[in-house]
Amino acid sequence: MHKTTEVREEVTIKFAGDSGDGMQLTGSLFTDNTALTGTDLSTFPDFPAEIRAPQGTLPGVSGFQLQFGSRQVFTPGDSYDVLVAMNAAALKVNLNRLEPGGAIIANTDGFDKKNLRLANYDTNANPLEDDSLDGYEVIEIPITKLTRETLKDSPLGSKDKDRCKNMFVLGFLYWRYNRTPESTIAFLKRKFRKKPDIMEANIEVLKAGYHYGENTDTFAHSIKVAPAPMEKGTYRNIMGNQALVIGLITASRKSGLPLFYGSYPITPASDILHGLSRHKNFSVRTFQAEDEIAAICAAIGAAYGGSLAVTGTSGPGLALKGEAAGLAVMLELPLVIIDVQRGGPSTGLPTKTEQSDLLMAYYGRNGECPMPVIASHSPADCFEVAIEAARLATQHMTPVLLLSDGYIANSAEPWRFPRAADIAPIEVNFESPRKSDETEPFMPYRRDERLVRGWAVPGTPGLAHRVGGLEKEANTGNVSYDPANHEYMIKIREAKVEKIAEHIPEQELVCGKEKGDMLLLGWGSTYGVMRSVTRELLAEGYEVGHAHLRYIRPFPRNLQTLMKRYKKILIPEINNGQLSRIIRDRFLIDVYQYNKIQGVPITKSELKDHAKMLLDN
Amino acid sequence: MTSKNISGGNNGKSQLKGKDFASDQEVRWCPGCGDYSILKQVQTVFAQLEFNKDEVAIISGIGCSSRFPYYMETYGMHSIHGRAPAVASGLKATNPDLNIWVITGDGDGLSIGGNHLLHALRRNFNINILLFNNQIYGLTKGQYSPTSELNKPTKSTPMGSLDHPINPLAFALGADGTFIARAMDRDPKHLQAMIRRCHEHQGTSFLEIYQNCNIFNDGAFFTFTDKDTKPDTTLFLEHGQPLRFGEGNEKGIRLDGLRPRVVDLKEDGFSPDDLWIHDETDLCKAQILARFFEDPTTAGEDFLPRPFGVFYASEHRPCYEDQLHEQLKVAQGQMGEGDLDQLIAGSQTWEIE
Repeated sequence: MHKTTEVREEVTIKFAGDSGDGMQLTGSLFTDNTALTGTDLSTFPDFPAEIRAPQGTLPGVSGFQLQFGSRQVFTPGDSYDVLVAMNAAALKVNLNRLEPGGAIIANTDGFDKKNLRLANYDTNANPLEDDSLDGYEVIEIPITKLTRETLKDSPLGSKDKDRCKNMFVLGFLYWRYNRTPESTIAFLKRKFRKKPDIMEANIEVLKAGYHYGENTDTFAHSIKVAPAPMEKGTYRNIMGNQALVIGLITASRKSGLPLFYGSYPITPASDILHGLSRHKNFSVRTFQAEDEIAAICAAIGAAYGGSLAVTGTSGPGLALKGEAAGLAVMLELPLVIIDVQRGGPSTGLPTKTEQSDLLMAYYGRNGECPMPVIASHSPADCFEVAIEAARLATQHMTPVLLLSDGYIANSAEPWRFPRAADIAPIEVNFESPRKSDETEPFMPYRRDERLVRGWAVPGTPGLAHRVGGLEKEANTGNVSYDPANHEYMIKIREAKVEKIAEHIPEQELVCGKEKGDMLLLGWGSTYGVMRSVTRELLAEGYEVGHAHLRYIRPFPRNLQTLMKRYKKILIPEINNGQLSRIIRDRFLIDVYQYNKIQGVPITKSELKDHAKMLLDN
Repeated sequence: MTSKNISGGNNGKSQLKGKDFASDQEVRWCPGCGDYSILKQVQTVFAQLEFNKDEVAIISGIGCSSRFPYYMETYGMHSIHGRAPAVASGLKATNPDLNIWVITGDGDGLSIGGNHLLHALRRNFNINILLFNNQIYGLTKGQYSPTSELNKPTKSTPMGSLDHPINPLAFALGADGTFIARAMDRDPKHLQAMIRRCHEHQGTSFLEIYQNCNIFNDGAFFTFTDKDTKPDTTLFLEHGQPLRFGEGNEKGIRLDGLRPRVVDLKEDGFSPDDLWIHDETDLCKAQILARFFEDPTTAGEDFLPRPFGVFYASEHRPCYEDQLHEQLKVAQGQMGEGDLDQLIAGSQTWEIE
C-alpha cells in the first residue's frame, strides 16, 4: 500500500504508561531524536512520587509530554495530538487532555480484565472495544505480544523481554514521524555496552516497532514536521538540572576556584549531585552530606577555604538550611544555594512543580537577613543563571539564592550553546598575604566602595582572624554587643545587597510593547507560557508587553519605571501570589494575579483567557 | 598524606610561646571555669609543636566551649550549634593542608550535633575534635545535658532528669572513630600529652575532656580530679603497659574472658605481667574499656576506675580528603583535564544553517 506523508506545523505527544514501563526514557529518547531534526521543542515529564506505585493503577501512571514544531515552541502544550497509552490506567488518566480527533496509540495487552479493573474501568466495558473512543483515531497494537514474538530467540528472561516494549513504541513513532532510529541505537549501544543481550534485544524491538509502522496497512500516512526557523548556530538538547551542572563547572573554570558541592539527596534536585559527581576531572568535589544542614555547613567551610561553594536542595531542604544560610550572611562568604522548588508545604508534592518558595528565599531566615535571590526561567537559562549566581556570590561576598523548579529541572529544550572562550571570566580577589612587620592589624570586615569585605582564606600568611555568627564590630569583625554597631551592621548588610542593583543589567522586555495596557510580569518557569500568550495577544492587536525577572533581590533598578508604563500589571505564578506580594510591598502599586497551584504548569489557554478578561474590562 | 608536619616548623622563626597563640580578645569565661586550663594547654602544645598560626583553623559550634576560637590567634570560625564538624569537613576537603581543630561541648557535639559528630568520625577526615564535657548546659544557664547523670535535678528537670546519659567514648567507637581518648582539665600535663597525640594521629581524633563548670555543675568530676580520690577512681592508660591504678599502683585490671576484674597485686598475688596490657590498636579491648563508665559515687564493690588516655588509635583507614583528592586525580588520569567546550556541547549536537 502506498503511504503518504502529512506535514504538520506542531505536534504534541504524551507518552503514558505504568511507572515501570520506561516512559521517561522513551520520552527523552524521542526528544533527543526530535532535536536532531531541527524542530523547536519543549518537554514536560510528569511522574508519581513512588518509584513503583502498584502496577496498573491510576496513581502509578507516569507521563512525558513533548511539543515540537516548525515554529518557536515555548511550552510543552496545553493538550496533545497523540496519546501513547501503555495500559488502561494511562488512558484513563490522560484522555481528558487529548485533542478531539487526536490519536491514541494503545497497547492492547494493557487492556485485559485485570488492567481494566485496576484502572477502575468496568471490566466488561473495554474502552478500546466500546464506542467511548469514537472521535479519536485509535491505533491498537498488541505491543507486549509483538515484543515477546520479536524476542522469541533471545536468551533474556521473560521479565527482561517485557521491559523492552517501550522500544517498540519508540520505533513505531519514529516511523510515524519520518525519523531514523540511529540516535537511539547509538544510545543503546553506549548504555548497554556491558550487557550485549539487553542491548541487542532493545535494538531488535526498536527496529520491529519501526518496521511494524512501515509494513502494516493500518496507517495511511506518516507525519512530518519541518525544521523551525531558529537562529543559526550549533545546538544541543538541555535539561534544567543538567544546565546547572554545566553552568557551575563553567563558573568554576571562569573564576579559577575549585567547585565544592555539598548536598543531600532530594527530589527534584538530586540530579545536580549526580551530574557534578561525574565530572571530577574538572576538579569538582562533591560531598553527599549526612543531612541538609551538614550539606550547607560543609559548603560554608569550603567557601571559607576559598572554594566556589554550592549547596543544592528543594523546599524542605531549604527550610532546614535556614540557620546556616543566616550564618553565611553574617560571615559574608560567597555561597550559591540552589532551590529546585517542588510542591509544598512540608513534603508536599515531591515530583510536581511549584514556585512557592519565593517568600522563603526572600525572607525565610531569623533576624534581618538579606540575601540576593535570582531565578532561572528555562532549562537552558539555568546555565547562565548558575554562572551569574557564582559571579554575584564571589564578587559581592554573599550567599546567593538561585531558584529553579521541578518543571525546569526535568524538562528539555534545544540550546544554542556558547563557546567557552566567549564566556566572560569571573574576577575574584583574595586578600593578599601580609608581611610580619606590618603594624596595622588586619581588618577582616573593612569594606570597599561596593560595601564588600575581603576574602581572607585560612593558610594565607598574616591574615589570621576569627569569624562567627555573633554580631561583629564594623571593620575589626570582633564580637560586639554595642547597640549602635548592631544597627549599623544590619543596615550595611542590607545596603550591600541593595547595591548589587548597580552591578546587574536593567530589566528588558522579553517581547511586546514598550508601554501599553498590560505588562505580564513573571519569574521562573512561567516564561514559556507567558511568552506564548503575549505573542498571541499581540497578534490579536492588544497593547501588551512581557517582562521576566531574573533578579528578584535586588530588583533591577529600572523595574518601577518600566511597570509604570502600563495600565495594568498581571503576575502569573504557580503559587498563591508571592511575587505579587513582594511587588506590592516594595513599590506600593497594585497588580493583578493569576495563580494556579496544582503541581503543573499554567496552560496557555487559561492564562490567555484571564489576560483577555482583564484587558477587555 | 595531608598536613601533619608533626615537627611543626615555623621556618626558622624564633621559638613561639603559648601566649603567641592568644588573640587580643578578653577571655570571657566565668572565673574558675575549666575552659581556662584547656585553652592554656592547647596554646602551650601549639607553641611546643611550632605550629604556624596561619595554617591552623579552629572551628566551633555554639556553647561556652565554642567561644574558644575567639581567644586563639589563628584562623577560626564560631559557627552554629552542633555543626562545626560539617564546616570543618568542607574546609578540610577544600584545603587538606590546613591544621584543623574542632571545639565542641557535650550539648553541641552530642545533642544538637550528634549526627554530624557521628558522620565526621566515620568519614575520618584528618581533623581533631576536642569535646569539652561538663555534663551541663552552661551558656543557657543550667539545664541537663546528654551526658548528665540520670535523675539530675536541674532548671529544666526539677524532679530529676529521665534521659539515660550518653557515654561519649562508646558513641565515638560505635561510629568507628579511628582515635578515641579522654583527658581532664585538672591534669594539665596529661591533657597536653593527649592534645599532642591528637595532632599526631592521621585521621579524625576525638578527645573527650572532662571540664568543670563551677557555676552550674561544680564538682561533677571531682571524684576523678581530687588528689584524695583520684588514685582509686582513675586509670591512666599507656600503650604496652599493664592497667594499674590506686595509691602506689597497688591495684590492677585483669581480663577474665571478656570480663574486667580489679585485683590487688599484693593481696591477690599477681605480678604486673598478669594484668591486662593496654593495646591501643585493639578495638575489642577498647570497647570494653569504654564501658568502664560507672558512677563512682553509686557503684558497688566491683567498681572499675574511669580510664584516661588513648583508648584506641588506628591508622588503617585512609583519610577522607586523601581519597577525595585521589579520585580527582584518577578522574583526570582517565578522562583528562576537563575540556569545557566538550562539556558544554555534550554528546549530541546539530547545526542550524
